[in-house]
Amino acid sequence: MRKMMKKTIAVMMATMMAVSMVACGGASGSSGGDENTLLIGSMGPTSGPNASYGTSVKNGATIAVNEINEKGLDGEKLDVTLKLQFEDDQADAQIASNAYSKLISDNMDVLLGATTSGACQAVNKLAQKDNLLMVTPSGSAQDITEPENVFRICFTDPLQGIKIADLIADTLQYKDVAVLYDVSSDYGKGIYEAFIEEAKAKGLNVVADQSFSGGDKDFNTQLTTIKSSGADVIFVPGYYQEASFILTQARQLGIDTPFVGSDGWDGVTTQLGENADIANGAIFLSPFFSADTTENVKNFVDSYKKEYGSTPDQFAADAYDGVYAIAKAYKLAGSKDSDKLIEAMKSVEVDGVTGKFSFDADGNPNKDAKYIQIEEGQYTLFNR
Amino acid sequence: MKFLAQIINGLSLGSIYALIALGYTMVYGIAKMINFAHGDIIMVGAYAVYLSLTVAHLPIPVAILVGIATCSILGVVIEKIAYKPLRNAPSLAVLITAIGVSYFLQSAGLILFGSQAKAFKSIVTVKPIHIGDITISGEIIVTITVTILSMILLTLFIHKTKAGSAMLAVSEDKGAAQLMGINVNRTISMVFAIGSGLAAIAGVLYACTYGFIDPYMGSMAGIKAFVAAVLGGIGSVPGAMIGGVLLGVIESLSKAYISTQLADAIVFGVLILMLIIKPAGILGVVRKEKV
Repeated sequence: MRKMMKKTIAVMMATMMAVSMVACGGASGSSGGDENTLLIGSMGPTSGPNASYGTSVKNGATIAVNEINEKGLDGEKLDVTLKLQFEDDQADAQIASNAYSKLISDNMDVLLGATTSGACQAVNKLAQKDNLLMVTPSGSAQDITEPENVFRICFTDPLQGIKIADLIADTLQYKDVAVLYDVSSDYGKGIYEAFIEEAKAKGLNVVADQSFSGGDKDFNTQLTTIKSSGADVIFVPGYYQEASFILTQARQLGIDTPFVGSDGWDGVTTQLGENADIANGAIFLSPFFSADTTENVKNFVDSYKKEYGSTPDQFAADAYDGVYAIAKAYKLAGSKDSDKLIEAMKSVEVDGVTGKFSFDADGNPNKDAKYIQIEEGQYTLFNR
Repeated sequence: MKFLAQIINGLSLGSIYALIALGYTMVYGIAKMINFAHGDIIMVGAYAVYLSLTVAHLPIPVAILVGIATCSILGVVIEKIAYKPLRNAPSLAVLITAIGVSYFLQSAGLILFGSQAKAFKSIVTVKPIHIGDITISGEIIVTITVTILSMILLTLFIHKTKAGSAMLAVSEDKGAAQLMGINVNRTISMVFAIGSGLAAIAGVLYACTYGFIDPYMGSMAGIKAFVAAVLGGIGSVPGAMIGGVLLGVIESLSKAYISTQLADAIVFGVLILMLIIKPAGILGVVRKEKV
């Protein structure tokens, strides 16, 4: 694992260096600032427990930057070269603020970041003060996009809760639902609250309302309560690690009720390893499906695999689409001026790897949710 | 029905705590120190079995023996390197050293295996029992049986064998035991070996019950087991068992009927109450310090 990580980082560094060499070819050599470069600053955790998120964002963005520099947008080259500068923020608000200052002093034109909600909530205030266009690929907390200049590619937490309640009520047509959510994270709570509200509006009965705290390993108690509630379906908004614990223990308790999860479930089959079969039948919301046969998704997955030797996840896909949205905004604005870029972003439309989207008045994406169903321990696209 | 199912959950959780608590209590009884690294030895045991199964492809009984042997040796080595030089040092120094060893093991686990939890395919083949709506998983049955067996064997060992009598003698009075011809160093090493071996078994049962192992898996379980040992009366083998089971049931019931978030607070609250009401624990004996 660690060795692979090192390798990935090495390949990444090499690519980055190559990119920056191409980007700076003939120019002054200092990072950004010159006429012919659009410097996209970006940040996310590339070390620490959430390192996979930042690494994915960095890789996904790098692929998009290379592609646009090589082929242009819609077959037409931009009059600037895109350049990505990535800083490690360790998913920490304080470190993210410092990374932001560093990027600003290097003359960043646009911010693609931060990766995690906590870091976004610190950085969006700084970007608002500087009136800089900020596009977070994956910061999902509701309030991040409150400032005029901030946009996001991923779904918000409440939106996920609403979409999943609709899925359970309208598509799957279950009546009695049990919820087991992470009460210690804004992510779990945000989804949960919106879900409950929508579920009630849709006439679902919430027969068991259980919670856990991040880092918990024993879910037998909550699952026993859920089992005796006679629920038709169990909704678990949370991350893949807890999801895999819950699935394992549910099967041990003889629970064969179907599970529905939020986008944090992405990675659950890898986590379960050879036990992946116990997740069979589970459905989770995901903005991105790597085995999708649509041409742009296939191309993206192929170049990602070639470059980094792994399958891209939703973080990589969100970052990839983020760079495309920024490039389109630049093309519309025809200038690096922040006011014009922010204005242009409002009318940008992207047919990306996470679906076709534009931004609403709050800077959130209008796009359809995809659902992944696990069958035989593999992801398949869920067709309603 | 649900209440009964929750009690069974508590018994299963409590049995694991009890198995870990046995190690704490034995070491405390003889070396008069809290071996905070004990929880992390569980992690080492679980990883040793995991590697034996997935990398070396050993048969399950051999893999378990490898796990027990690894932990027993590790326990003895830790005692020789970290605790023996401090045998006459103030107890605070020993305590801090134990915390240091605990962090060392966790960090070593992080470096060697990474922070990601690894899936551990249960090696229990016992079929689950169904009583009405309640399913008692094979893991729970094995955990409870192994814990009870371990306690009985340990009690017999301590009271019926010569080595056991030596352990009792050393825990009573080290100096006098030495004068009677007991090899104190060897006895202490043996206690560490047995305690750590039990930790390895606890590690495997833990991994089977929850399906996962990670470098921090022993830390919270270790602290809870420590509470169980104190609750039952530290130094007492049946006390560790009672304390562990009681703690598991309290935790399960508070999660089910009071609040999942308050469960840990309730568990540690019980410890505080116990320390106020009966500081020696349920089965603990108050020994007068002779000065």
